[in-house]
Amino acid sequence: MLEINGLVKKFGGVTATNDVSMSFAEGSLSAVIGPNGAGKTTLFNQITGHLLPDQGEILLNGENLVGLKPREIVAKGLGRAFQVASIFPTFSVLDALMSSVSAHEMKSEKLFQPFDNKVVRERAEQLLAVLGLESVGHVASSKISHGDQKVLDIGLALALKPRVLLLDEPTAGMGPDERWQMVRTVQRLWEDNNLTLIFIEHDMDIVFEIAQHIHVLRYGALIASGNADEIRTNEEVIEAYLGRELEEDA
Amino acid sequence: MSMFRNFSKEILWVLGAFLAIVFVGLFVDHPWPKDFLTSLFAFGLLAMSLNLLIGFAGMVSFGHAAYFAMGGYCFGLLLQSTSFTGSLGPYSVPLAIILAVFGTGVYAAAVGAICARLNEIYFAFLTLAFQMFLYSVILSWVDLTGGDQGLMGGIPRPLFLGIDLSQALDRYVFCAGLFCLCILFLRIIDKSAFGQSLRMIRDNQERAEFLGVRTYRIKVICFTIAGMIASVGGIILALFTSGAYPEWAFWAQSGEAIFMIMLGGSTVFVGPILGAVLLRLINDVVQMYTSHNELVTGIVILLVVLGLRRGILDFVIDKIKDRREAKFLADLEAKKEDQ
Repeated sequence: MLEINGLVKKFGGVTATNDVSMSFAEGSLSAVIGPNGAGKTTLFNQITGHLLPDQGEILLNGENLVGLKPREIVAKGLGRAFQVASIFPTFSVLDALMSSVSAHEMKSEKLFQPFDNKVVRERAEQLLAVLGLESVGHVASSKISHGDQKVLDIGLALALKPRVLLLDEPTAGMGPDERWQMVRTVQRLWEDNNLTLIFIEHDMDIVFEIAQHIHVLRYGALIASGNADEIRTNEEVIEAYLGRELEEDA
Repeated sequence: MSMFRNFSKEILWVLGAFLAIVFVGLFVDHPWPKDFLTSLFAFGLLAMSLNLLIGFAGMVSFGHAAYFAMGGYCFGLLLQSTSFTGSLGPYSVPLAIILAVFGTGVYAAAVGAICARLNEIYFAFLTLAFQMFLYSVILSWVDLTGGDQGLMGGIPRPLFLGIDLSQALDRYVFCAGLFCLCILFLRIIDKSAFGQSLRMIRDNQERAEFLGVRTYRIKVICFTIAGMIASVGGIILALFTSGAYPEWAFWAQSGEAIFMIMLGGSTVFVGPILGAVLLRLINDVVQMYTSHNELVTGIVILLVVLGLRRGILDFVIDKIKDRREAKFLADLEAKKEDQ
């Protein structure tokens, strides 16, 4: 499905992505973890076309995405939500979803077609239900809770019917209860939409609980890949990153 | 035609407004309402088209009057050319309008293609620079434009389709028609998927890009359309004054259009028209008593900006929305408690 081969990205003297290769199977749920500054978001930015890698290739179903613009990559079925919810503050939640659906239907340049039509509205209302945001559908996006804003951000990406969805820290800045609610929402969306889902996460409990496959980055390099048990017992990972936490557990 | 069906409500509204305007022209004998409304058509279109950039797309242009002036000058120059009116006869007025609008459109597209690469203050100042460039051209190319005297000697208006634009009533109804057509076009954009794309760009350009919206292209199209509609405003003013003057291209003219938007409101469709009405009214009324009309206008704008912190209609709409949201949230709470 999605395959990354020998990706390198340097900022001056800093190697943010150091010869990274990883692959994500169709329909899988994977996590990318690593200490602060390990290059996780930089990796995402390269996959979504926001940054141009210096070397390497990113293949979506065998097609190289390197050099394409973000919107061209989106059109190939790769959606993304952001670490800080990236929404349309003045839009109501329903309007925001309708906008995204309308953009997906290639309507964004149509001067003489009404924005508000049955097809767009129905699909946006479906999404609203799927996301569990019905109760705030008519509230301005800037006024809903932080957690709801993160869900809406994911919803905007979901409206594009992506096959691959990248979530950059879906639970960032949330309290413990809200956090698990978000995890369940993400899991449910992944199951219901046949998505290949990749997420960045700091909370190890969450990662070990839901990720089928875990990739660990450190100083821009991939140091381990595997399932939860393999990562938990990987010497290099323990030393690099999980050491203290695991010793405490033991 | 599905377009007529989709926008039938908008078309009916504008048609109603047009009939009301014509009614005023037919049954009010005094020239003041007609003159007032005709100048309103011109400046209203300038403000409304500028709001397509400011209120819709969040692109604050300081140089929008350039397209207003260009429309007026192109129109006037074409009709002053004897070879143009001589060869086209009765078609010369409609053709001059079409050529002036599309000529301005080409220029606006070229300027927009350069300016839309920038954002915020850089965008604003580049548009201002292009406006002052046009202003200098008008002032210095005396042979063509008459320099600081403007287009002198009147603009000939050959009869066409039985419309005689030298007659006050014909001119009034014709200008009202142009105005209403442009307002209808703007309203359709407001309700269209394209209009929503503009609001997406205003709210969060990066996110819009990530949702597959071609933001640069859309901004250039928006800039071009806004320029073309401003040029219709200039044409109306040229018809009304039977001339064209360099002040139309001066930065203060763009400033006035921004004041109209600030006064009336940028988030409500008719906000800029309300602003234009108020600003013109204040201007006309104050001028009867003193020549310091700009001082009074300044004080009014200051009061609105400091008092409401947004345009008048923005304020009203925000109040209504807040009330509706508060009620909705209270209902939600009540429902939760019931459970």
